[in-house]
Amino acid sequence: MARAGQIARRTFLVGSVAIAGGAAFGVWKLTRPVENPLRPVEGVSLNPFLIIDASGVTLVVGRAEMGQGAQTTLAALLAEELDLAWEAVRLIHGPASAAYHNAALAEMGLPFADYAMTDMQHRLAGAAGTVSRVFGLQITGGSTSIRDGYDSLRLAGASAREALKSVAADRLGVPVADLRTEAGAVLAPDGRRLDYAALAEAAARRPAPQVEPRSPAEWRLLGRSLPRPDMQAKATGAAIYGVDIRLPGMKFATVRMSPRLGGTMRGFDPAPALAMPGVERVIDLRTGIAVVARNTWTAIRAAEAVTIDWGPAPYPETTEAIFARIAEAFDGRRNSRLRNDGDIEEALEGAESVLEVEYRLPFLAHATMEPMTATARFTGDALELWTPNQTPLVQARLAAEAVGLDPDQVTVHTPFLGGGFGRRLEADYSALAARVAREMPDVPVQVTWSREEDMTHDFYRPGVIARMRGVVSAGRATALEARIAAPSVTRQAVVRMTGLPAFGPDTGHVEGAFDQPYAIPNYRVEGYLADLDIPLGFWRSVGHSHNGFIHESFVDELAHAAGRDPMEFRLEAIRPESEIAANVLDQVARMSDWFGERPAGTGRGVAFVWSFGTPVAQVIEVVDEDGRIRIARAWIACDVGRALDPGIVQAQMESGLIFGLSAAVRGEITFADGEVQERNFDDYDALRISAVPRIETRILQVQARLGGVGEPGTPPAAPALANAIFDLTGQRLRTLPLARHVDFVS
Amino acid sequence: MARNLTVNGEMVTVDAADDTPLLWVLRDELNLTGTKFGCGIAACGACTVHIGGEAVRSCQVALADIWGEVVTIEGLAMAPPADQQPDTDTDGPLRTGTLHPVQDAWIRNQVAQCGYCQSGQIMQAVALLAEVPDPSDAEIDEWMAGNLCRCGTYSRIRDAIHEAAETLRRA
Repeated sequence: MARAGQIARRTFLVGSVAIAGGAAFGVWKLTRPVENPLRPVEGVSLNPFLIIDASGVTLVVGRAEMGQGAQTTLAALLAEELDLAWEAVRLIHGPASAAYHNAALAEMGLPFADYAMTDMQHRLAGAAGTVSRVFGLQITGGSTSIRDGYDSLRLAGASAREALKSVAADRLGVPVADLRTEAGAVLAPDGRRLDYAALAEAAARRPAPQVEPRSPAEWRLLGRSLPRPDMQAKATGAAIYGVDIRLPGMKFATVRMSPRLGGTMRGFDPAPALAMPGVERVIDLRTGIAVVARNTWTAIRAAEAVTIDWGPAPYPETTEAIFARIAEAFDGRRNSRLRNDGDIEEALEGAESVLEVEYRLPFLAHATMEPMTATARFTGDALELWTPNQTPLVQARLAAEAVGLDPDQVTVHTPFLGGGFGRRLEADYSALAARVAREMPDVPVQVTWSREEDMTHDFYRPGVIARMRGVVSAGRATALEARIAAPSVTRQAVVRMTGLPAFGPDTGHVEGAFDQPYAIPNYRVEGYLADLDIPLGFWRSVGHSHNGFIHESFVDELAHAAGRDPMEFRLEAIRPESEIAANVLDQVARMSDWFGERPAGTGRGVAFVWSFGTPVAQVIEVVDEDGRIRIARAWIACDVGRALDPGIVQAQMESGLIFGLSAAVRGEITFADGEVQERNFDDYDALRISAVPRIETRILQVQARLGGVGEPGTPPAAPALANAIFDLTGQRLRTLPLARHVDFVS
Repeated sequence: MARNLTVNGEMVTVDAADDTPLLWVLRDELNLTGTKFGCGIAACGACTVHIGGEAVRSCQVALADIWGEVVTIEGLAMAPPADQQPDTDTDGPLRTGTLHPVQDAWIRNQVAQCGYCQSGQIMQAVALLAEVPDPSDAEIDEWMAGNLCRCGTYSRIRDAIHEAAETLRRA
């Protein structure tokens, strides 16, 4: 009951904030009631984002570094206000704590189109953001890290700086207004200098001053491409990922769980494994086994040697049967109708001809370079976890649950992630490591999955079927209907992460289709949820990853049906809805010289998707090389509002594009006998350096809001490529992956 | 049985099964974790090291078959003079000027994202430049296509290789 009481009290806090309004200080005040989780052994902590000790300032961020560069920019937000020398910045990942809850996540999952959101809707979302604290949503995901930290970290930095200055003012007998800060010290007009370290203890005892952050005109660090603090370690092999944790007396282990996901284990014989030199134990995990050995390789080989009798899968056994189940969703109850402009029925009935087509997209794996891994030490009344993850509090809760502890008995360390892409929002690998550790108290154990175990035990991007109808008249689209069927990622993941059921319209299921800035007079988007127990997860750009392909391929089909240039066709439909989006398309057309001469044997495709706060347009050029298709060039234009680190924004746009192209060309997870058939990078490959296009990126800063960057580069990639192939070959490809239909240069 | 091998200029003794892949000897026996496990079937290149100067996938070389000196990402940096030992605190910046020119180029071009594949990418690039001092884009494609990067850092990898090639040619 105490738990319920706590939630009620915090809910009241949310309510009072909503009444107070969403001023910048509101964000900061809201975070203050959460206790600072930092208890430095040496030095002091003024707030959850910094520790000051004799050797200087350590910045603490609550977001994972999985390649996206978030830790660099979060550190810059703090360092900017604290006047730290960038070269001296020390940066660590903080503990699992609600102090690092992600308030910006609340803007996701709202049934509004992002491009059309009013200030009031944004303010309501900001207030709802405190809900994420109640549920402990310390999440790195949704391209939100910088949008979440932009105000709160600058305010935290400014507040700490002013507290340090006020102590210095008393000590030096100089008015605060006469003091300035530079390279981690307070300076008086007469040249006297006090390091932050000398002031921190006294500053921590004072109430935190409320100060406005600096205006962008004063920035030294933000707005520049900074050298990433993690770069040197990553170029020298010194960076510590999950698999690199080494503890005294640590054992190495692996797991082999049912290949029929969620299925049972009827029995197993450990003898062949136990006979292998170097194998120490085989542990019964009920739905699979773990092997503990002297090294990871021995553990993996021994796990393969265990003979196991697996029970059946709780879902249809083959890809074909699974897609038949997805198609059945169209006959069931509609989950959502989040766009319904004009009168689609009348428009379709009255039309001379209706373009009616179906799209199909496969299941996809995340396939991070670092396989799933976690290291755990269980000591009876405590669990320590070293786990590369995107959700520290979820890891703590689910690992605690797995071994019969309370979440506050779990300590979570978050090293670098060897890729995330949404896979490490899940906590299955941490819970399994905890269960193995419970079998060998006081001994740290590292559980690393084989690539095959990783590939066949993912939380997959779901397979999708979309049924589309459209009408063109006088060179324009007059009707567009999208009906989208897939099993719901949100329904599964919300239960796993919060323990609460999800209900109502599933926005993530139709995002990228219902929320795009097209003025089409009769325009309807409906979602249908298929009943399938295959584990599903958030895959980089989530619903936009499939709906971007469906929507932007179909818009292209309508353009061609109308006999129009696809760029002009889009611009005409988009400009009335969003000048910001039209500007992005204008830019990509100019960069790629879209309306200029094109050499023979080349094809061009364009696509536009507004996702995670950022409108992105991409043009892809393909070339016919003796019957094979080379993805030769790509142009990206995006409007992020404010590019806090242009080098990182550019890297993420390229990264997102390549991630989307890799899936479009080759990505496909299939099922037979209830088991995932793709097992390693030889049959689930991604684009290599020899197959990626030359890429030009233009970063615009026109829109008023800050956009995300980690995901928005992904959704337009697949449709831009398919549209380019249509331009080259006349073949309209409505089923992914594309390599099933055409040969690519690899 | 116990075997002697030379890793990063040092003689080490390893007491592990003869068929243990070099990757796991390095990572789990010698605690040299800079070399990464990605696939175990030579499909991703994350475990690339040098044996006798040649780039190899360490997941495919058994302990008993190692034919020469092993160099890993940890041993790639030029050894600094004794009075200038680099700061080994992984959180702090290493002193520059002690790194291999390819590592310097990687840092200047800010190549890494998640970074997990980059040890292998760098070891492969060093081997490429030893054989082909001024590689064309096509030669870079040919040499580097075995090294997968899921973050898609390929443009910067290409730029860094061209830049390191120029540095090495001038040296």
